Amino acid sequence: MKDNEREEQLHTVLADTAGEGANAEIAREIKEEMPETATDAIAVSQAAEEEKPLDKNVKLMSPTRMVLRRFFRSKLSIAGIIMLSVLFLFCWLGPVVYHRWGETETDRSGANDYWAKEVVTEAGAGEEGDKFVQVIVTEQGINALAKPSATHLLGTDEQGMDIFVRLMYGGRLSLTISFLAVFLTSALGIILGGLAGYYGGVVDNVIMRICDVLICLPTLPLMLIIGTVLDSNGVPQEYYIYLLMGLLSLFSWPGMARLVRGQILFLREQEYMVAAEAMGYSATRKIFKHLIPNILPQILVSMTLSLGSMILYESTLSYLNLGVRIPYASWGTMIEIISKRSDILQNNFNVWVPSGICIIIAVLGFNFIGDGLRDALDPKQRR
Amino acid sequence: MFKYILKRVGISILILLGVSFVLYTLLRCMPTDFVEAKIIALNTSGATVTEEFKQQMYKTYGLDGTIVQGYFNWLGNFCHLDFGKSFINQREVLSEVFDPGRLGTSFIVAAVATVFEFLIAIPLGITAATHQYSIRDYLVTVLVLIGISLPSFFFGQLLKDIFANKLQWFPVGQMKTAGVTMTGFEKFGDYLWHMFLPVLTVTILSIGSRMRMTRTNMLEVLNADYIRTARAKGLSERSVIYKHAFRNTLIPLVTSLAGLIPSLFSGAMITESVFDLEGIGKYALNAMTQGDIPVIMTYNMFLAALSVLGMLLSDLMYGVVDPRVKLA
Repeated sequence: MKDNEREEQLHTVLADTAGEGANAEIAREIKEEMPETATDAIAVSQAAEEEKPLDKNVKLMSPTRMVLRRFFRSKLSIAGIIMLSVLFLFCWLGPVVYHRWGETETDRSGANDYWAKEVVTEAGAGEEGDKFVQVIVTEQGINALAKPSATHLLGTDEQGMDIFVRLMYGGRLSLTISFLAVFLTSALGIILGGLAGYYGGVVDNVIMRICDVLICLPTLPLMLIIGTVLDSNGVPQEYYIYLLMGLLSLFSWPGMARLVRGQILFLREQEYMVAAEAMGYSATRKIFKHLIPNILPQILVSMTLSLGSMILYESTLSYLNLGVRIPYASWGTMIEIISKRSDILQNNFNVWVPSGICIIIAVLGFNFIGDGLRDALDPKQRR
Repeated sequence: MFKYILKRVGISILILLGVSFVLYTLLRCMPTDFVEAKIIALNTSGATVTEEFKQQMYKTYGLDGTIVQGYFNWLGNFCHLDFGKSFINQREVLSEVFDPGRLGTSFIVAAVATVFEFLIAIPLGITAATHQYSIRDYLVTVLVLIGISLPSFFFGQLLKDIFANKLQWFPVGQMKTAGVTMTGFEKFGDYLWHMFLPVLTVTILSIGSRMRMTRTNMLEVLNADYIRTARAKGLSERSVIYKHAFRNTLIPLVTSLAGLIPSLFSGAMITESVFDLEGIGKYALNAMTQGDIPVIMTYNMFLAALSVLGMLLSDLMYGVVDPRVKLA
């Protein structure tokens, strides 16, 4: 639901980022391909430009620089970049620096629990009962649910595994998976949306009807079903989640495809596309060299925002025990335990709150950056 | 107009057929289907399961034959409005999925949350837009973006732990206080008390996108020429914003209402299971983990039909609300 709304917004906000660079690009290509006749005209116009130097006071900025400037002017985008950099450093460099515990290493140094109780024997006639202290020693094989200390910076979970270290490995997995899933989804969406928008007619109709079907499949139930299908299907635990997210991408490309198609329908009526047509370029070249680069800004924003929602999906799946399985760590898996044991929910904040905070930081970071990019790439905004 | 609607309904039916086929195929791919689980249970309890009995079981559940056969079988029954029986408890799926109690609970949570979502998000969106790039704008944006970024299970559990377990202001879960008979107003109050945390969870998670939508549309309208004209005429800022600008941002807001139809009835799976509410979401989640094919099919087809309906309605609403849009 959220996703669709976001994309709707994108449609309305980023209606026309195109056009600017397009003409120049065509001109460049004309120059490359027809050295004899066309270059002369361009050379003349260039010479004319060089003769009249621009006023020193007028700063000429390339579109990229303008976008970057607008992007970094927003405090939120900077905050997003900082949050994500810290998180990435923590996840990828963390285990290199701090390798006291492994991802799936159990702390077996459990101390014995002593439990003392005073026992009074039954009093006989006329005399007091004997008092003695009963001591029950429970041997703890593993150091489970330890409180935060110097040995375990954030304590241990119910299986005696170090939470701080698992946070780093879990982050690696969560972030990698969402990047992979978003790239796969976007690639599918761009190719299919591009084909639909460019060719129109039957191709468009078929692709768009498939889109409609996939959009009508409710996301969370669908993931649950796919998860159950994959479950115990001989898929090794390490690759299970990758396969799951890969299959998920096969169902989640319609959003991107619709975005791309809508923009291409608009762009292909532009003059520069008529020029490209006149040059007799191949369809592939027109789509991927002239149309797609012009919608790249919208694609980029949409990808950034969906990175956040992919992390949420992945963690939700793991929370429902359909994602990454213990002993492997992911941020969702680390929270999953509280759905089974309410004592951990109530007493051991250090077990589940840190990974929740990590998820929020990651998703928030992507949302901040996506928002900043959207504002920066919007040509209607002049500031 | 009539022709347009007719055409759209025709396409919708095709879409739903596609959806049902994809769903059915996926469901039949489940490796440990319901029957297998049942046979395993019988095996472990010591009973001997003959091959014949196995086949019989598959037959009674309609799982014999290929996927295509099974699909057309299901489709035929569906057209006769025969939705089958739940694998789990052998009750009619129709009365199970559309149980008024379950559907009602989910609907109330979703409806109340949606009302609050609009009531909170729209004013926030307007202030953020009229005070663009001010501290207020940043503050509102950051807060609602945090709302979007919260994982529902984490936020729900956090609220439950803080307000129900630690502070004991609200109950830990379920629909009503057990073992107490209450009447009339008291009962209603108890119900509200139990619904507070789930509704809060759903509302906070959904405010963000609505607020961003309002803000973006409002900003677009505020840059329009007629707003400049209105200011030049010397109208008060209040009347410029609420009478001239806000009215025009209503178009996308109103049309998005139709898109909310599925979410009103689908039930919030995660929130309902966190707070142990007897809603349709929790029921469907349970059915899905157990491979109860008739229930899953009916529930998901219900959702798909609702979202097709939502899309059609929101397109129609566009034509009604915005006279510039012509449907063809």
